[in-house]
Amino acid sequence: MLELKSITKHEREQAQVKDITLSLAPGKLHILLGPTLSGKTTLMRLMAGLDRPTSGEIVMNGQAMTGVPVRKRNVAMVYQQFVNYPSLSVFENIASPLRVRRVANREIKQKVEGAADVLGIKEFLHRRPSELSGGQQQRVALARALAKEASLVLLDEPLANLDYKLREELRTELPRIFKGNGAVIVYATSESAEAMLIGDSVTCLHEGRIASTGSARSLYDHPNSLVTAQIMSDPPLNTVRIKKKGAILEFDGDGRLHAGSHIETLADGPYEIGLRPHHLSIGAPASCGIDAVVATTEVTGSETIVHAEFMGMRWVSLLHGVHALNTGDRISLNPAPDKLFVFDETGALVVAPPGC
Amino acid sequence: MQKTHDHKALWLVAPALLLVAFTAVIPLMTVVNYSVQDTFGNNQFFWVGAEWYREILQSDRFHAAFLRQIAFSATVLAIEIPLGLAIALSMPKKGISVSVCLVLMALPLLIPWNVVGTIWQIFARVDIGLLGYTLNGLGVDYNYTQNVGAAWATLIIMDVWHWTSLVVLLCYAGLVAIPPVYYQAARIDGASRWAVFRYIELPKMSRVLLIAVLLRFMDSFMIYTEPFVVTGGGPGNATTFLSVDLVKMAIGQFDLGPAAALSVIYFLIVILVSWAFYTIMTREDFEPSGGVR
Repeated sequence: MLELKSITKHEREQAQVKDITLSLAPGKLHILLGPTLSGKTTLMRLMAGLDRPTSGEIVMNGQAMTGVPVRKRNVAMVYQQFVNYPSLSVFENIASPLRVRRVANREIKQKVEGAADVLGIKEFLHRRPSELSGGQQQRVALARALAKEASLVLLDEPLANLDYKLREELRTELPRIFKGNGAVIVYATSESAEAMLIGDSVTCLHEGRIASTGSARSLYDHPNSLVTAQIMSDPPLNTVRIKKKGAILEFDGDGRLHAGSHIETLADGPYEIGLRPHHLSIGAPASCGIDAVVATTEVTGSETIVHAEFMGMRWVSLLHGVHALNTGDRISLNPAPDKLFVFDETGALVVAPPGC
Repeated sequence: MQKTHDHKALWLVAPALLLVAFTAVIPLMTVVNYSVQDTFGNNQFFWVGAEWYREILQSDRFHAAFLRQIAFSATVLAIEIPLGLAIALSMPKKGISVSVCLVLMALPLLIPWNVVGTIWQIFARVDIGLLGYTLNGLGVDYNYTQNVGAAWATLIIMDVWHWTSLVVLLCYAGLVAIPPVYYQAARIDGASRWAVFRYIELPKMSRVLLIAVLLRFMDSFMIYTEPFVVTGGGPGNATTFLSVDLVKMAIGQFDLGPAAALSVIYFLIVILVSWAFYTIMTREDFEPSGGVR
């Protein structure tokens, strides 16, 4: 069990973290989710002991770890870049933390081969990292972390530099690989999809603070704040400040939306609403929705992402299949009334759509 | 792989080929031409074949100059490479001090060879030189015009002063190109400072080190201006390196044939040794594997 007690770190060159309190259970995969500069890496460096927090305490299995230097901790870390010792063979790379600990040769051989086996790089053990592909190099780095049998495994966007196919492949393997030996696993990522796919628990970071913690599903369905909803939404969440008047939600530039039944009962007044892109459909111009102009369209094949503009506001819509829309086309945006998230003016959740 | 055969490529290479022909190949060939002939003036030439080559390769004068040259290059490399590496490792990695260090390092490199020679020639003089006068005042018998050891020491220190910065700059460039995560990963592994140097810094710098070794070898092996200015090849023949000897032979004695033969041999030696360095240092198993400690 790794516990962080109101950790703060002031940094000039890196993102800061402020007042972080977390407890991470062993054998589970914990996701740190947030955009760049949200403090994920800074927090991991503190967990590893590479840096000392400005204030706060780090406790591992009941033992205070705050001032303990890295080499006395049992930590493994894998980075976005593929970091291996260039002049050493794959075998020696995986063995390196064990050699430092003066583990007996026979045991090293057994552990290295075991780790290499799990990661499917057994046939490359005699090669050098430079003779391997990017995905294989990252597997070597992961095998090194695994062979070390650390009690804390830190994975800092380990899949970000891999191509799509390899990323999917390794992503499904990762939890299985590390969960076995009862370590606390922390995985930083900026992709909410990754958090949804592999995370046992998710911590959303925003500007160095914890925005929310919980299971990925609960954070997705019931984000406690606008920030969490934004972090958990990809493509980005549509947001708009509105004034509620009965069943009508008015916004700048003569825009109107229909309130779903979950909103109607709220008191009239100003709110901010959020709408996921796949709940914003597109119709022919001058139908009942918001009249907008297409800015850009991204077609991925199975999906089309439409960016449209209305009175200087950007709306993003995610549609199934291929839709032929050109820049400048006039369209009508139709938000699903019963899929609106409502936040108050401070950004706290007022009501979430039922059963999304 | 598919290869395209097309004569258009020739036209693209032609300008470079022409340039190289006029700057390197043709002058070299005139030297080769001289080296197989003898002349008694009057623009009359006689074919002598490999006679001059045989004469040079068998002469004690050549052997002595060659050995001196090897000794000089070896000493200079043995000092400048580790020293340059050590300075580069101890240089700051960020802040204003970086630029200060870099400018200070680059200064000696900006001074022309003959000026460097003159500076040290005066600096080391026994009668008026700061170094020479002080050393003798301290009771050290130092006179580079009479003492062989002193002459060598002066030339070597001068070369180290002049060129170590080049090694430093190259190594430093290699060093700052190493991403910080490598050091972080090593810290997490618990690797020692030595292991970081041996398994991260050195392998990552191997390419720039190769360039530094090659440049320093070629330059020191062809050194001429500085010994010419400082010692003039003396005392006796003690600092008559190959290049100094060559100029004596060609211009002092006007032995064009043997001098040309010596030039060709000299050229071949430089190429051969450079090639040897290159192949050894780029060999896959140049970095012997071992374990991190």
